[in-house]
Amino acid sequence: MSQTLIAVDKVSKSFGGVIANHEISLSVTEGRITGLIGPNGSGKTTLFNSIVGYHPIDGGSIKFEGKEISELRVPQIARLGLLRTFQQTRIYSKMDCVRNMLISVPHRNASFGDLFKGYSGEQKDKAENLLEFVGLYQKRHLISGDLSFGQQKLLEFAMALMNEPKVLLLDEPTAGINPTLINGLIDRLKRANEEFGITLFVIEHNMRVIMNLAEHIYCLAHGEMLADGNPDEIQNDQRVVDAYLGAH
Amino acid sequence: MTSDNTLPRSGTLADQGAGGRAAGRRIAVNADNTPWYVYLLLAVFAVGAPFVFPAYTTQIAFLWLMILFALTWDIAGGQMGYNSLGNIFFFGAGMYISAIVQIGLFTDVGAYTSARGGEQLVQDHGDYFYGLVLGTAAAAVGCVVLALLLGRIVFGLRGPYFAIGTLGIALSARELAGTWAWIGGGSGIAMPVYPGQPHEKSVVFYIALFTLAALTFAFLRWLYATRFGLAVNAIRDDEEKAEAMGIHTLRHKQVAWAVAAFFLGMSGAIFGNMTGFVEPLEVAFPTVTFGIFMVVMALLGGKGTLWGPVIGATLFHVVKEVTWTYLLGWQWVALGLLIVVNVVFFQEGIMGWMQRRWPERFGITVDERLSTGGDAGREGTP
Repeated sequence: MSQTLIAVDKVSKSFGGVIANHEISLSVTEGRITGLIGPNGSGKTTLFNSIVGYHPIDGGSIKFEGKEISELRVPQIARLGLLRTFQQTRIYSKMDCVRNMLISVPHRNASFGDLFKGYSGEQKDKAENLLEFVGLYQKRHLISGDLSFGQQKLLEFAMALMNEPKVLLLDEPTAGINPTLINGLIDRLKRANEEFGITLFVIEHNMRVIMNLAEHIYCLAHGEMLADGNPDEIQNDQRVVDAYLGAH
Repeated sequence: MTSDNTLPRSGTLADQGAGGRAAGRRIAVNADNTPWYVYLLLAVFAVGAPFVFPAYTTQIAFLWLMILFALTWDIAGGQMGYNSLGNIFFFGAGMYISAIVQIGLFTDVGAYTSARGGEQLVQDHGDYFYGLVLGTAAAAVGCVVLALLLGRIVFGLRGPYFAIGTLGIALSARELAGTWAWIGGGSGIAMPVYPGQPHEKSVVFYIALFTLAALTFAFLRWLYATRFGLAVNAIRDDEEKAEAMGIHTLRHKQVAWAVAAFFLGMSGAIFGNMTGFVEPLEVAFPTVTFGIFMVVMALLGGKGTLWGPVIGATLFHVVKEVTWTYLLGWQWVALGLLIVVNVVFFQEGIMGWMQRRWPERFGITVDERLSTGGDAGREGTP
């Protein structure tokens, strides 16, 4: 279980004159939780967007399971099993939670005829079990846009699990969530990783969360890779501390 | 389906299919719970109307056409959130395709149209219906092809740009048809003459439009209960999210528009034969009347719902006919007032307003049970 799932090699991306990512290289190992930290504007979300095909990259290569994906489009990459959640939570706000879950079934091998299929009882049970897993079972028939922000975030997480991804890119999963809920969320992220075998790659600002969660952490600053290592190494790395305190 | 099952703890989520309670159960999302007597009453009205109110046969035939307009517009406009202002294009295109087929089967189209109505096709019942059926079928197929081709281009546009882009298609089709001499240009085409009494003709087209409206409704009722229904709703709510989740968005958008084109093309073919004369401005591509009506009717009844377009079209048509009869001169004011009230007070339409007023009747409820355990009898989402 130590295969490299995502291999990012010297990826650069700039917007006009602003260099968001400069020759970033990192790898995400199968079955593990990898973290990505860095001050605001250090290029974390840009890197996520590059990996999932949201915009073309200027240079470098991105491989998923050994296959080059930097030329593929967003839905094609998603169907390979590489899924992301959004920093600003995105759900289907006019549909109820169960429908949000059902439409998130994997579309990996969807043929044209599958457009007109119904859902099996298994799929519905799975949707309800996952809603229970994130604590939304009671509210499953409510319109998702009426839920609180934290609950929407949990719903988005459950939708991602419904899709059975191989790797899940989470963009600040705990932002805007109250401290009690955060503990529950960390627990659920770990269980998703251990029990469902989903590799996680997490952007996080909350140091307590990421140090608890990740086994390996990368730190970006000013669009460049500053440091990487296990949580202890990162915590004691003077460059990382300086970056966060604004010495750069 | 046993009732003594226990909830498999998370961790076995992936291999739940083995659990007995779910085996073979099919779930229809957005299942239609309309009581059977509603359909019975509608059927009785539809079948009885031409006998009970023979003088109103054509008006009620128009009602079925209005329902067709609203239903087909709502597929992309309501359910998928792509507000097309150019759906009338398929109505006119279907009309012209059927005209060309119906005339081309029996004579030379160019010679026929250049006679400017000096030549009329007079046929017996057999030839007439043979042409009508073939023409309508060709209109359906032709409009689907057009929708798939044009969809590739216009579905790159979003929001207001999509609305304007589709409006552009309808307007340019209207100009093209007006200058294309082979199909009669601005002078139009006289359709084959119906070989029977006028009342018989109005009943025939009444039946044709009602049948088509009923088929459209039945088809959409089924379609919205499949994955397709949820997928187009997802595109409506957040298309970028839908893409990020791997949904084939373009495929769904094209199919949605092609379904609308299929039924609109056929209704255009039938309507062309009903009026007996096809010309681009008022009959085939009436952008500011029928083209806007279809949007207004769907909004009035509640876009993105199965019954909303039907209710909206009925209300709109009744108000329109009543004001035309009793408030002549004020009819546009009355219609305008209806639209203003709709947009200001009932933005979500009648069905949407009802859903907000009585959410529990639409299944939007909190379930007090904490878990999925031991409730095999529970059934699907309403």
